[in-house]
Amino acid sequence: MRVNFTVNGRPQEADDVWEGESLLYVLRERLGLPGSKNACEQGECGSCTVRLDGVPVCSCLVAAGQAEGREVVTVEGLADHARQRDLGTACGTSLDEARRWAAKGQDSRTGEGAELSPVQQAFIDAGAVQCGFCTPGLLVAADEMLEHNPNPTDADIREALSGNLCRCTGYEKIMDAVRLAAARQSEAV
Amino acid sequence: MDFLRPASWEEALAAKAEHPTAVPIAGGTDVMVEINFDHRRPDYLLDLNRIGDLYEWEVGEESVRLGASVPYTRIMENLRAELPGLALASHTVASPQIRNRGGVGGNLGTASPAGDAHPALLAAGAEVEAESVRGTRLIPIDDFYTGVKRNALAPDELIRAVHVRKADGPQQYSKVGTRNAMVIAVCAFGIALHPATRTVRTGIGSAAPTPVRARAAEEFLDAALDEGGFWDNGKIITPSVARQFADLCAASCNPIDDVRGTASYRRHAVGVMARRTLTWTWESYRGTTQQKGSVA
Repeated sequence: MRVNFTVNGRPQEADDVWEGESLLYVLRERLGLPGSKNACEQGECGSCTVRLDGVPVCSCLVAAGQAEGREVVTVEGLADHARQRDLGTACGTSLDEARRWAAKGQDSRTGEGAELSPVQQAFIDAGAVQCGFCTPGLLVAADEMLEHNPNPTDADIREALSGNLCRCTGYEKIMDAVRLAAARQSEAV
Repeated sequence: MDFLRPASWEEALAAKAEHPTAVPIAGGTDVMVEINFDHRRPDYLLDLNRIGDLYEWEVGEESVRLGASVPYTRIMENLRAELPGLALASHTVASPQIRNRGGVGGNLGTASPAGDAHPALLAAGAEVEAESVRGTRLIPIDDFYTGVKRNALAPDELIRAVHVRKADGPQQYSKVGTRNAMVIAVCAFGIALHPATRTVRTGIGSAAPTPVRARAAEEFLDAALDEGGFWDNGKIITPSVARQFADLCAASCNPIDDVRGTASYRRHAVGVMARRTLTWTWESYRGTTQQKGSVA
């Protein structure tokens, strides 16, 4: 079957999708967006967390057909999403922005030069990434929490991230990173 | 496999009538796991996500009509006053991601003895609104669970909503697991005090082939509370009464040994949860009655 939906602000069409296929599989294998990770395939680990119409969900548990006509944000779109949230504008590029656009250097292997969302930058600065496999899911979940809870308590952070498993860090650096992102966010306001 | 995407409830009922083997999928938190692991290959998936009615709830005089797909997150946020037991149970479901997708309709449809909502529904009192092209019927929750992962639905029926009685007294919910998040209950216990009828109802999860009420324990406690005038005098429940209630709750279990726990541990834990949740709810009831007393 064919599935049409919006991913990171762009309309996408996936063809020859098997009816039992997950949204995660479509994102990774058909749309070339491998940021959302495939680990447990049963909603236990949160590595595949994406926003579906704004709500964090495990994309491994959403049937591809259920995403028809809906909006998905993945970790690849997090920087854009955060920027548009800050600007308070809808998706899209203004005429002025388009005129000023110029290609920027970006290393496709290291990601050097890529624009990051504040929560991504905070994860790097706090050293919250080890093997990195759980990171995309944590970023999406943490970003969503900070969107509606700008001053979270430690308990709030733990609860918001309780569906994301990390086997490396012991979570302490992740907690530091989210606190850092929250602090920077409140300074910016 | 075919993916059926009805745009309305009527279309969904028609699709289910035409394809009774179709597997309804709403939050997908059970169904997709089975498909991802190749444990299930249904001929038809019946997607219920486009049916907006299933995501709504109405608070009535006596009960809340809770749409089958209302996510646990919404129940926690919006129905804590009306359905405190179910709101507590909802908060113990898996993780935020799962609570954003899953709802009580799925718990009922899967009818796993470990479903988190069941003890709260049994304790509060509820009816399942099942519908097919033949018509609608309300199935009392006590008759709904018929076996391990089996329920009273006919092959052509879908769950439209569940009517849960609004709390008329304190309710509690307790669940045993190895950690707070992402845990299938080793066992779970729900209790609801019903001062209006001077009764107590219970619900036990993961400790029998189906979710069950501890009826002998309820009858004992109803009689003991009545005899001692507890509902009126608001006295502390006698430790021996609480112990007997706990023992009867443990005795109403019929658990198995499995990877999550042994049968004897489950029986023991249900007894402990019964005693604790009875104490919590009764303390809360005494608090409210004493406040009322001082006002009068």
